[in-house]
Amino acid sequence: MLKKRIIPCLDIKDGQTVKGVQFEGLRFAGDPIELAKKYVLQGADELVFLDITATIEKRATLVELVKRIAAEINIPFTVGGGIATVEDAAACIAAGADKVAINSAAVRRPELISDIASRFGSQCVVLAMDVKPFDGEWKVVIQSGKEPTEWSAVNWAKEVEKLGAGEILLTSMLGDGSKKGFSLAFTEVIASAVSIPVIASGGAGSANDFYELFSQTQASAGLAASLFHFDELSIPDLKNDLKNKNIAIR
Amino acid sequence: MIAIIDYGAGNITSVRNSLRRLNVEVLLTHKKEELLQADKIIFPGVGEAGYAMKQLIDKDLVDFIPQLKVPVLGVCLGMQLLCRHTEEGDVSCLNVFETNVKAFPKLNIGDKIPHMGWNNHTAVNGSLFEGIGCDEDFYFVHGYYAELNLQTVATSDYIVPFASALRKNNFYATQFHPEKSADPGERLIKNFLKL
Repeated sequence: MLKKRIIPCLDIKDGQTVKGVQFEGLRFAGDPIELAKKYVLQGADELVFLDITATIEKRATLVELVKRIAAEINIPFTVGGGIATVEDAAACIAAGADKVAINSAAVRRPELISDIASRFGSQCVVLAMDVKPFDGEWKVVIQSGKEPTEWSAVNWAKEVEKLGAGEILLTSMLGDGSKKGFSLAFTEVIASAVSIPVIASGGAGSANDFYELFSQTQASAGLAASLFHFDELSIPDLKNDLKNKNIAIR
Repeated sequence: MIAIIDYGAGNITSVRNSLRRLNVEVLLTHKKEELLQADKIIFPGVGEAGYAMKQLIDKDLVDFIPQLKVPVLGVCLGMQLLCRHTEEGDVSCLNVFETNVKAFPKLNIGDKIPHMGWNNHTAVNGSLFEGIGCDEDFYFVHGYYAELNLQTVATSDYIVPFASALRKNNFYATQFHPEKSADPGERLIKNFLKL
């Protein structure tokens, strides 16, 4: 049976793991390689690394980090943050990333999704979408949540599936860093609208939040950052709890 | 010496890294004379089947690979390319394993394709799975699957039952990615190296 995935996310700034609340107010959370190795030993199913300060000058540094991660860890990982061209994606994949996450650049130029998918396969393309409710309608926002777009979340999800995305990383900006639980009803709207796996992100604060996610929605995976970085919830404890509640977990 | 067939497949770096973690150095090559020197050969694969077959044709490896005499391990697309035919790109493959590769059907609302993530297996037999229990999961990511046949040595279940490992003589193959499957994957690679 296919298992639900638990995915720690490491936000990277200048080579360090950081975590903020609603993308602001950063706290340092340690060396990404050490943290990644710890999560692998604890049973994380995949890892996501998002370079939150990615600029052209920093790109080479990110690629070096990806090489080191790939050499050290033996589970799949995704790299994202500022990936805007097929060449950016190619550099990360050549360095050993299994998947790349694209966000703002895909909204600006949707064919980026099909360009990467046709060269490296859909399984490589994680479409990251940040969403926020405006007057009751969930809309896609870009530039770390600063810039609203015209896309409704559901339409964008269907569009990216058509363009060849292999997976959707869905971040509720309402939930991000709040620890008040995943946006369940909204996650289910998106997960049932597409046939590709959806990773829910934003709001995880307890083991029960993951239980609700997996028992009430079709999300394939749950992602969290600070919850794991600051040892508020350990991955083994979380997985045991979910197993005891009959969720399919590795 | 262990060789990895270098034909532009996406997971070559990962496969090489997994062997380096076991302190095994590998040669990446598509040259026949070098491949013939190898004690064992890994045939990796991530990407689109039609494109990958074209790379094998361009490198003149289509008739060569099925005649290899040393242990060969096909991984993911590498396994599918060792089968008879795949629906992905509707191409004929290397015809080592007597089975065909089909697209996962979407039978129920909620079926997600590709099959992506950790899944268990029922290893029917085989030295590749020595010391690995059926409750231990491997990492899969694929939208096409090999149909069960007599060369199936492990099965997994996702929407339909399918072959998660095949073996015929010196040819071994896994649909999952041992190089990305944490400890069980590492054990499987070690088992292959011991053959």
